[in-house]
Amino acid sequence: MNTNTQTHTVKSFGEELDRLSDDVARMGGLVETLVSDCLQAVMRRDGELADSVIERDRQVDQMERDIEKRVIRLFALRQPMATDLRMTIAAYRISHELERVGDLAKNIARRCRVLNESEPHEMTRSVERMGRLVISQMHEVLNAFSAGSLDDAHSAMKTDDEIDEIYNSLFRELLTYMMEDARTISPSTQMLFVAKNLERIGDHNTNIAEMVHYVLTGEDWRRDRSMSDPDRES
Amino acid sequence: MSTVYHDTKIENAKVELDNVGVTYGSKTAVSGVALRIPDRSVTAFIGPSGCGKSTVLRTINRMNDTIDIARVSGSVKIDGEEINSKSVDPVVLRARVGMVFQKPNPFPKSIYDNVAYGPRIHGLASGKAELDAIVETSLKKAGLWNEVADRLDQPGTSLSGGQQQRLVIARAIAVSPEVILMDEPCSALDPIATAKIEELIDELRENYCIIIVTHSMAQAARVSQMTAFFHLGDLVEYGPTEAIFTNPRDQRTQDYITGRFG
Repeated sequence: MNTNTQTHTVKSFGEELDRLSDDVARMGGLVETLVSDCLQAVMRRDGELADSVIERDRQVDQMERDIEKRVIRLFALRQPMATDLRMTIAAYRISHELERVGDLAKNIARRCRVLNESEPHEMTRSVERMGRLVISQMHEVLNAFSAGSLDDAHSAMKTDDEIDEIYNSLFRELLTYMMEDARTISPSTQMLFVAKNLERIGDHNTNIAEMVHYVLTGEDWRRDRSMSDPDRES
Repeated sequence: MSTVYHDTKIENAKVELDNVGVTYGSKTAVSGVALRIPDRSVTAFIGPSGCGKSTVLRTINRMNDTIDIARVSGSVKIDGEEINSKSVDPVVLRARVGMVFQKPNPFPKSIYDNVAYGPRIHGLASGKAELDAIVETSLKKAGLWNEVADRLDQPGTSLSGGQQQRLVIARAIAVSPEVILMDEPCSALDPIATAKIEELIDELRENYCIIIVTHSMAQAARVSQMTAFFHLGDLVEYGPTEAIFTNPRDQRTQDYITGRFG
C-alpha cells in the first residue's frame, strides 16, 4: 500500500518501501492460496493437495525471513518516519501473522491426512461454510492492505465475530455427534481441530486488519477479544 | 494558514508567542506564529531552509533588534512578561535567555575568562572565590570540567570543536539563564561530539527551558519533547515529538518528515 501522494526525494528509499509492501502482498497471496487449498483438501479428501500445502508452507516461512531482513535493513539504513515508520512496522508484524496463518493451514492439511483414514464426516459441509467465510475475510483484509482501504479492514474485523459464532455452534454440534456415537470421536476431534484452526486464522486476519487500521490512521486499534474468546464460552 | 496543534496540555508555559511576525524590509519572513513552549523541556524547531525557524528563535531574545531592517510584530512573553516592551533591557533579557550558535564562538580569551565574562559584567560574583565557583559549576554542568580543569588559563580557541561548543554552553549557563536557545548547535560537530551535546541537552532540561533549531530530524526526535514544524514562514504543526514523528496530521509535515518534499 502506498499512502503518500508525493514520491521520496531519495528514490531508492521509496523503492525499498514499495518493494516491502509488494512482498507482504505477495506473501499474503500465497498464504491465502494455502488456506483455500487446505480447505479443498479436506473437502475433497485430497491427500496430494494436502501434501502440497505442507510443502508450500516452507516458502511462506522463507518469505517471512526475507521481509524481516528487509525491515531490519530499512531501520538501520533509512530510519523511516511517520507513515513510512508505520508501514515498516506493519510489514514486519503482518508477515509474522501471515506466517502463523501458513502454519495453521499446514495443520489443517495434516488433519486431512488423518480424516481420510475414516468415513466421510457429516459435519464437513458446516466446516466448509466456516472455511469459506474465513477465506473471504482473508481476501478482504489483504485487499485492505493492498488498497489502503479502512472500510475493508473494519469489515474484516466484524466478520471475525461471525466466524467465532459459527465455531461455537460447530463445537456444540461436534460434541453431540461424539456423545451419540463413540466411533465418531476420532474423526470428530480431527474436524474440531480443523474448525479451531480456521477460527485462529480468523484471529490472525483480525490482527492484520488492526495493523492496516494503524498504518492508515496512526492510531492503535484496541479490541478486547478476551471477552469473546470462543473457548471460554464453550 | 492555520496551524495544526495537537491537543496537549501545556501547563508550565515558559515562553509564549502570539501572532508573531517578522519582516525584513518588504519581505515577510514569518507571520502569525503562536506557540506555548513548556519550561524544563526541550522544544525543537524543524523545517526546510528559509522556513523561518531561526527567525522565530531569534525573537525570543530579541536578536532581530540587531538587524536594522527587521521588524517584529505580535507578542513574545517570558513568564507572562512582554519582552518587546520598552522597559525591558535587551542586555538583561539576553542574560535570561542564553544563546548557542551553529559554530562555537568562544571569546579570544582563556577558558576561565570565557565562562567568567558574563558573571563579571552582570556583577553576579562578589569575589574571586565566588567567581571560581561559578566557573567550575558551569563547566561541570556543561560536561567539560574534567577535560579542562588543569588548563583553565589556556585560550578557549585551543579546544576541539565539540569542547568549544560545550565551553560556549558553559558560558551561557554561567549567567544563570532561564531559557537557552540553540541554533543548530551540532551541525559543525562530529557524531561523538554531537552525542555529548545531546546528552548535555538532556541533562540541562531538568533546569532550563531549551529551544533548539536543527536540520537533523533524527536529532529533533532524539532530544526534544515538543516539536514545531515550520514551512514557508508559517508554523504548520506543533505537538509532542513522538506524535509529530509517528503520526503527523498535516500533509506538509508528513512529506517533510518522511523525506518527500518536492
